Amino acid sequence: MALSTDFGPATALSCRECGTRFDVGPNFACIECFGPLEVAYEFGNVTRADIESGPTNIWRYRGLLPVPDDVATKPNLQPGWTKLVKADNLAGELGMRSLYVKDDSGNPTHSFKDRVVAIAVEAARNFGFSTLSCSSTGNLAGAVGAAAARAGLDSCVFVPANLEEAKIVVASVYGGRLVGIDGTYDEVNRFCSELIGDELGEKWGFVNVNLRPYYAEGSKTLAYEIAEQLGWRIPDQIVIPVASGSQLTKIDKGFKELIRLGLVEEKEYRIFAAQATGCAPVSAAYKAGHDVVQPVRPDTIAKSLAIGNPADGPYVLDIARRTGGAVEDVSDREIVAAVRLLARTEGVFAETAGGVVLGVTQKLLENGKLDPDAETVILNTGEGLKTLDAVSAEARPAAVIRPSLDAFRTAFAN
Amino acid sequence: MSVSVRIPTILRTYTGGAAEVAGEGGTLREVLAKLDADFPGIGARILDESGKIRRFVNVYVGEEDVRFSAGLDTSTPEGAQISVIPAVAGG
Repeated sequence: MALSTDFGPATALSCRECGTRFDVGPNFACIECFGPLEVAYEFGNVTRADIESGPTNIWRYRGLLPVPDDVATKPNLQPGWTKLVKADNLAGELGMRSLYVKDDSGNPTHSFKDRVVAIAVEAARNFGFSTLSCSSTGNLAGAVGAAAARAGLDSCVFVPANLEEAKIVVASVYGGRLVGIDGTYDEVNRFCSELIGDELGEKWGFVNVNLRPYYAEGSKTLAYEIAEQLGWRIPDQIVIPVASGSQLTKIDKGFKELIRLGLVEEKEYRIFAAQATGCAPVSAAYKAGHDVVQPVRPDTIAKSLAIGNPADGPYVLDIARRTGGAVEDVSDREIVAAVRLLARTEGVFAETAGGVVLGVTQKLLENGKLDPDAETVILNTGEGLKTLDAVSAEARPAAVIRPSLDAFRTAFAN
Repeated sequence: MSVSVRIPTILRTYTGGAAEVAGEGGTLREVLAKLDADFPGIGARILDESGKIRRFVNVYVGEEDVRFSAGLDTSTPEGAQISVIPAVAGG
C-alpha cells in the first residue's frame, strides 16, 4: 500500500557514522555499520518572522522538523515553548553573572519527552502504524500514553517495574497498556529491540527504536526555543542531563542549524553533560580519556537518567570535547541538595534529573570548568512531583499544631 | 558447543530471512567465525576492520552483555542463546 507520506523538509535518512543515505522510512540503524540514522533536510527559506508568527509550541519550528506543514492542525499535545526562567536568585547564590533555567516540566505530561514523542507520532501516522510503543525510564511512557490517546492510536509501553509510583500512574492513566519488566532499563530496551524483529511487534511504532531518527529530532526544539527566548542568541554555556545522550546530541545539532540558516549569529558555545554518579558511564569515559563507553549497572535516585548503556554516549564525548565543555557527575546526596536549592531560590521543583544538572553545575563551577561570568543555561527536564520520594524525608512540615495562636506562638517562640 | 544465534532484522538478508540460526563454538569469537562461514559477509557487519565488535552493536550471551564479561572471549556453553542487537535504541 502506498502511503501518502509528508515529512516536510526531511529528504532522507543519513548514517551519522558512515554517511550512507537511505529513503525516509521506519529504520533506525545503518545496514552497513549499525550506526544511528539521522534525518537529513533540505530547508526552505525559514525566517525569524515566520517562526515568531507561528503557534506558541514546537510547531512554530515545523519548517525545521520532519513533520508536515499542517502539523499544528492535527491531534497532538502541542508541547514546548516552556519557560526560560531568568534565575537571578540562584545565580547570586552560585556567584554567576547570568543564569537561566529552561524549565521543561511545563510540558503537557511534565517532561521534555512530549517534544520528541510529538515528532514520533507524526512519523507513526505517516508510516501507518496503529500502535505506539517504547522502552522507558518513566517519563517517556507517560508521554507516549498521552500522545497516543490524543492521536487516536493504541499504545503499549514497557518500563522497569521498580519505577517511582507517580511515573507508573502517569504511564497507565491514559488508557494504553503499561507493562512492567522485572529488570533494568537496559534490559527493557533490549527486550524492545528484540520485540521489534518479531511478529508480535509488527506494525508497531517504537518511538525510540524504529522511529528514533524522527523522535530524536524533537530535542532540537530545546535549542531553538532557548536561542529564540534569549533574543535569537545562543548561550555561551549550557548544561544538559545525559541518559542515552540523544537530547544533548540534538541540542548541538539545533544550534548548528540555527547558525547555518543565519537565524542567529555564529558563535562558539560550550556544552556540558551531567550524569548521576550511580549511573555515569559517559562521565567515566570522559574522565578516562576514552571515546567509547563501557556500560554500567545503574544505581541512582535519578531514575530518568538510569541508562547504563547509552546509545549516543560516544557523541556526547565528541561534542563535550569539540566545544570545550566537560562531562561530570554528582552523588545522590548532591542531587537532593540541588533539587532543594533550585526550589528554594527560584520556585522551580525539579525532578531528580534537574537536580543532577544543577548539582553538576555547582561542581563545574567549583572545579573551574564552568565560567561564572558567561551566559549559562541549565536544563530542568522533568517535574519534581514525579520523584517525591527523593526529597520527601527532608521536605516535611515545620510543626503540626492545634489551630490556635497560642500553639503557634509556643511552637515558634524562638 | 551448539548454540542459537538471534539475527537482527537488518542482517536477515544474509540468513535468507531467518530470525534465528544454529551456531557452533566454545567462545563468542568461534561462534561468529562459524556464522560468517555459514553466511559469508555477516561477520564483517558485526565486527569492524580490526576484528572488534562494532561500536553500535550489542552482543549478548544469554542475559549478559558481553562487554560486561570477556567480550569476544566470552564462553558460549551448550545451548546458549546469543543475540546480536543494534545499539542505537532507547533514551
